[in-house]
Amino acid sequence: MEKQYWKGVEELQNDAEFVRLKNNEFFEHLPVDEVMSNKASSTDNTSRRDFLKFMGFSVAAASLAACQAPVKKAIPYVIKPEELTLGVPNYYASTYFDGSDYCSVLVKTREGRPIKIEGNELSSFSKGGTSARVQASVLGLYDSARLKGPLANKKVSTWASVDGEIKKKLAEVSASGKKIVILSSSVSSPSTKKVMTDFTAKYPTTKQVVYDAVSSYGLLKGNELSFGKFSIPGYRFDKADVIVSFGADFLVNWLSPIEISRQYAATRKLRGGKKNMSRHIQFETMLSLTGSNADNRYKIRASEQSAAVAALYNKIASLSGGVAVNAPSIPADKTIDSVAQELWNAKGKALVVSGSNDPNEQVLVNAINSMLGSYGNTINADQPYLIRASNDEAVASLITELNNGEVGAVIIYNANPGYSMPALQAAINKAGVKISFADREDETSAVCDYICPDSHYLESWSDAEPIKGVFSLGQPTIENLFDTRQAQSSLLTWAEAANTDFHTYIEEYWKANMFSQQSGMSSFEAFWNKSLQDGIFEINVNAGAVVAFTGNIQDAAAKTQQPKPGVELVLYTKTGLGDGNQANNPWLQELPDPVSKVCWDNYFAVLPAYAKKMGYVQGTVIEVKAGDFKIKGPVLLQPGMTDETLAIALGYGRTKVGKAGNNVGVNVYPFVSVENGAMKYYATGVSVTKTPDDLYELATTQTHHTMMGREIVKETTLAEWLVKPNSGNAQLTIASPYGKKKPGELDLWATEKNPGHPKTNHFWNMSIDLNACIGCGACVVACTAENNVPVVGKDEIGRSREMHWIRIDRYYSSDTTKENAEAKKLGKLSMYAEMEKPAADNPEVVFQPVMCQHCNHAPCETVCPVVATTHSMEGLNMMAYNRCVGTRYCANNCPYKVRRFNWFRYNENEQFPYNQYDNLGKMVLNPDVVVRSRGVMEKCTMCIQRIQYGKLDAKKAGRRPIDGEIKTACAQSCPTNAIIFGDSLDKESEIVKANADPRSYSLLEELDTQPSVYYHTKVRNKVSEKKEA
Amino acid sequence: MQKESNLRPPLILGDKTWHSITEDVCRPIEGKANKWWWLAFSFSLAAFIWWLIVVSYTVGTGLGVWGLNKTVGWAWDITNFVWWVGIGHAGTLISAILLLFRQKWRLSINRSAEAMTIFAVICAASFIVAHMGRPWVAYWPLPLANQFGSLWVNFNSPLVWDVFAISTYFSVSLVFWYTGLIPDFAVVRDRAKTKARKFWYTILSFGWTGTAKNWQRFEEVSLVLAGISTPLVLSVHSVVSMDFATSVVPGWHTTIFPPYFVAGAIFSGFAMVQTLLIITRKVLGLEEYITVYHIDMMNRVILITGSIVGVAYITEFFIAWYSGVEYEQYAFINRATGPYWWAYWSMMTCNVITPQLFWSKRLRESIFATFIISIFVNVGMWFERFVIIVTSLHRDYIPSSWTMYHPTWVEIGIFIGSLGLFFTCFLLFTRFFPVIAMSELKTIIKSSGEKSKKAQVLKSKEVHS
Repeated sequence: MEKQYWKGVEELQNDAEFVRLKNNEFFEHLPVDEVMSNKASSTDNTSRRDFLKFMGFSVAAASLAACQAPVKKAIPYVIKPEELTLGVPNYYASTYFDGSDYCSVLVKTREGRPIKIEGNELSSFSKGGTSARVQASVLGLYDSARLKGPLANKKVSTWASVDGEIKKKLAEVSASGKKIVILSSSVSSPSTKKVMTDFTAKYPTTKQVVYDAVSSYGLLKGNELSFGKFSIPGYRFDKADVIVSFGADFLVNWLSPIEISRQYAATRKLRGGKKNMSRHIQFETMLSLTGSNADNRYKIRASEQSAAVAALYNKIASLSGGVAVNAPSIPADKTIDSVAQELWNAKGKALVVSGSNDPNEQVLVNAINSMLGSYGNTINADQPYLIRASNDEAVASLITELNNGEVGAVIIYNANPGYSMPALQAAINKAGVKISFADREDETSAVCDYICPDSHYLESWSDAEPIKGVFSLGQPTIENLFDTRQAQSSLLTWAEAANTDFHTYIEEYWKANMFSQQSGMSSFEAFWNKSLQDGIFEINVNAGAVVAFTGNIQDAAAKTQQPKPGVELVLYTKTGLGDGNQANNPWLQELPDPVSKVCWDNYFAVLPAYAKKMGYVQGTVIEVKAGDFKIKGPVLLQPGMTDETLAIALGYGRTKVGKAGNNVGVNVYPFVSVENGAMKYYATGVSVTKTPDDLYELATTQTHHTMMGREIVKETTLAEWLVKPNSGNAQLTIASPYGKKKPGELDLWATEKNPGHPKTNHFWNMSIDLNACIGCGACVVACTAENNVPVVGKDEIGRSREMHWIRIDRYYSSDTTKENAEAKKLGKLSMYAEMEKPAADNPEVVFQPVMCQHCNHAPCETVCPVVATTHSMEGLNMMAYNRCVGTRYCANNCPYKVRRFNWFRYNENEQFPYNQYDNLGKMVLNPDVVVRSRGVMEKCTMCIQRIQYGKLDAKKAGRRPIDGEIKTACAQSCPTNAIIFGDSLDKESEIVKANADPRSYSLLEELDTQPSVYYHTKVRNKVSEKKEA
Repeated sequence: MQKESNLRPPLILGDKTWHSITEDVCRPIEGKANKWWWLAFSFSLAAFIWWLIVVSYTVGTGLGVWGLNKTVGWAWDITNFVWWVGIGHAGTLISAILLLFRQKWRLSINRSAEAMTIFAVICAASFIVAHMGRPWVAYWPLPLANQFGSLWVNFNSPLVWDVFAISTYFSVSLVFWYTGLIPDFAVVRDRAKTKARKFWYTILSFGWTGTAKNWQRFEEVSLVLAGISTPLVLSVHSVVSMDFATSVVPGWHTTIFPPYFVAGAIFSGFAMVQTLLIITRKVLGLEEYITVYHIDMMNRVILITGSIVGVAYITEFFIAWYSGVEYEQYAFINRATGPYWWAYWSMMTCNVITPQLFWSKRLRESIFATFIISIFVNVGMWFERFVIIVTSLHRDYIPSSWTMYHPTWVEIGIFIGSLGLFFTCFLLFTRFFPVIAMSELKTIIKSSGEKSKKAQVLKSKEVHS
């Protein structure tokens, strides 16, 4: 019998119904229709398939619930704040003033967090410019070293109890007749000055002493001696044709750098048909950033500076028929003669400044300016600076008073003598009551009885009057993060004022004082709102009358510093750290010094020839002794230094500032001496000994210093440029079978029929004017803040692994060039070897900001195996971090070396304990920009998030983006507007005009990478060779 | 049956029979390892374990533990990669090209040379993965179907070509090698006295029965694979060279690279074969199979390829001068006289000068001299890649970014570890696989064996007398 297999009894029997059903796809009835019409539940005929479905779902749901990812709670707004839309930034105008630098700013907040500082373009003073320190200040808000509340005798306390105790003690001191001293750095806020007056009214023995760690007393006192007023007149660099500076680093450190650098750059730019530029001559001891930008730079010894000024005075006096003073002869005399002639020829359009803190030298400078007719032209005495009020005399007498026990209480506001002036601190320690407003337990506040932490400026109300007639308002952009209180409120509380709220106080002050100075608005409310929204309120001030010089020039000349033999030491401040109050800011610590390119350190800079003579190499640890103070520090070989001179930066070596800034570098403030009542920032008769210590490693972002005869920064002189607008920028051609062709004409792909990718919507370009760029580094910090660029620390910088998306290349000229190699009888090998050496004595310096060039024939794009880097239709080279596998081929193939690799995970990694490590520091992150993970490449995006935002904004308004509306962070921050960004398809735009300039060139044009970034040839207005001879 | 002139030196020395070849080749597999093997194996294994540690450390911490920086993005990693890939080339050349050219002397050495190829390519591939920033996504450069949207690999990128080249190379070499091994595995299987050995070699020998049909197919497959492998000898290293040649980096962007790299690869590959076989023949007692004649033949290849490489070095300099390109000229001046001059001159000494010694027949036939020079060539070829990669990168276009590269202990550790990986594999190979292709070798015992040659000479003398 044949075998029969069957699957079920139904199949065996094979009845008709079964055969019918078997032909259906699903044997059993599926309740599809019922389910679809919601009848399933009513009929309640759950099938086996349904059961399986339900069970399957339950099992899946149960297991899904079991493997739930950790929940991070984001609490939504129950009631949305009116002014806040998620994803849309709000900008608030405010005021930055840290005791020396003033800047009118816009604070960008996202979801209530301040994340970025921008310049306020409405301010006629700073005109949208910022500095590295201003840009970095937002991170100070999220500094975990800040105090979380008041401290009484180092113990956590409450405001109520602290206030009670302080009031009691102040009353006691006041009753005893002893003095109460408010020791502060310069105060520019008119309302704060009023607060102090109110405080004095309550405690009549109160005295305010202004102590600036880096003092401007010389300038103030010098003007008092010259004109009878203890104030600094307004300098107008933009009106000067010849600028002579004696050691004044006015572009980044001296007086009011943001404003001055903008004025200075205005005289240097050669765009829009402007044919003249100022001539800048610098006499200095160390190679400063300002000196690096000078057309002619001459080296003098630190102790010779006054003599040099006196020599200049004599020469000008002889030209103008004035009396001569006694001036010791110095080697630079001959140069000074020709400089004097330059100045004299530019009479009325000349300006002489000095960085010295010696009042007598300033008197000589004022006399020179007076003879040159600068007053009323390049100097406006009617519009004095009000940002500096340093009073070294008062500090000296305070020390005496403290030592004599005349002072019962010291209130320290925005000053840190414990770090910067040991003599003052020692005296303060003798005071009965010591109160500090410091935001942290720093070198001074740590020994104070009470620390009443001041709020960060972004949490505070403030105002300022940087220069007469320019008022500035500051408003809080966030609630106090911690239990801190504005110093003004504290003072008002202790003064038992009726109103201790500084917000209403400042409003009332403005109502009483500023409102009356305008006539445009009739209601105070409108005036207040407008001022608050603009951040500024400005009134017209006289152009400045000619003021008569009344100083005793002979006396001043007699009292100035005399040249001395021996080794000298110069103290200066750096662009990043300044006087050191922001030393815990890792962005500033990681900002390379603009000239030396060293990060995270200070060092003794010496002339290479001198180092060789003394047997020092880079990193040799030397011990330097001046006066009673000696300290060890590493040597840095710095071309352009004066022989037998060491230079070291102040602001380093903090010990109680926070983990980023503690023990970075050495504190050299004790070298500051007081001479003739003024602080002196150099020392003579210095003894130096070489220590047997191991070589110290300085972390630098640039290890090669010359251009090797390559056309990287193109240069010309004004005289040549006037004759030939493309001088120094000759069109490069390549010999080809078709004759000499421009690089762009020899294209492998594009033909006449197929000219490459169409440019349709936008095409973003950038143009950088190397004549306007001063190399200050504001853009570097701005980019760091905007694009969440990680801080990597000293070790990683030492391994050449900085992450900055924009860098400023600095090149020194070399004594050997390709042109003179033959004359020098150098073979090719020795020529290259010689070209590696910077001109050791006095090199010319050029700066060049370099970021991703956004090549339209990008070498990086073709080599990426996974298409992680691609080109946008708008001319941008883009990075898809998520797709990057990290082969680094793109970085190798980038001729500009702008790509940055994430060697480690830089966020939430205890190896990198900077702002991306702790929860507080992470608050500064820009939510529009991804924090990159380990192992991926990153680079400048041309702030694509800003472009996108600008495009969307325009789209919402139904228009095209307006030229200048979209700005990259670097362009926005630039104090000199050296960077222009725009759409090259907008034919009316600034960028199109800039690119059409004969000075415009692209970097490494011969590679035909077709960058979207262009540079403008640097033009120097050098004193011509003939004149010198 | 092939005929060969009696004037040609015999390829197999001594009184060998088919059986004695089997005995000689199977002895290391069936017997116990001597203490030299154990010593070498312990060192290699230790280095291999060290490799696992340092690679894990790198993957776990980040590439920052290496000495690379913003300017020098590749250094020891890609140097080692190219070095290992280059070494592999001798195996393929011997087994494919020499097969096609019917060079019978290859038969004693092809098996171990091919094994070397496989292991070298494994080492090379490990560097490709390890050098990636995110090695866990190392499969992304493969054109795999994926769910990332319309995301595909960049066929313009030489790194993708590289992935294709290396993976093709590895798979073809592996199949070729394994195919050749099948009859020999069957021999071991048939002789096996232990159960385990029987079991494993049964699996490995793939059901080989030794029938005429088996042999016929075997010959055909070998010939086809040789045909496929032959272009690979030229293409793989050409593609590797394009990693450099298609870039814009001065010192990399050179049209001479493909032939120059191929010659260099064969050069270094033969040197490595020499290094390995001189030891292997001694340790495993295979002097009668791998004879001085073999060594001499390989030395001639080293001499020729070494000379090609030398000419290439000089040509590069000439072209740099002739081009008139500033960057190109400086790149080469910097190579020879810059901060890495020592690497350049090490390369020149090892690769250009030492192989020229092989013009002397005495040195060509000296085992000791061969061994020393082979080491020199291995070192020189490593330096060649280091010079090309590091000295070109560290000073390219923009002087502000010029910097130095210094390896860290991790990079050095990974290199030493990769040697451990290689030698561990190779030593296991000598213990478990027939190191000489015995079944193929047996085909020439009549034509090229010393014994039969002597017999023929005797016979011809008898005829004459």
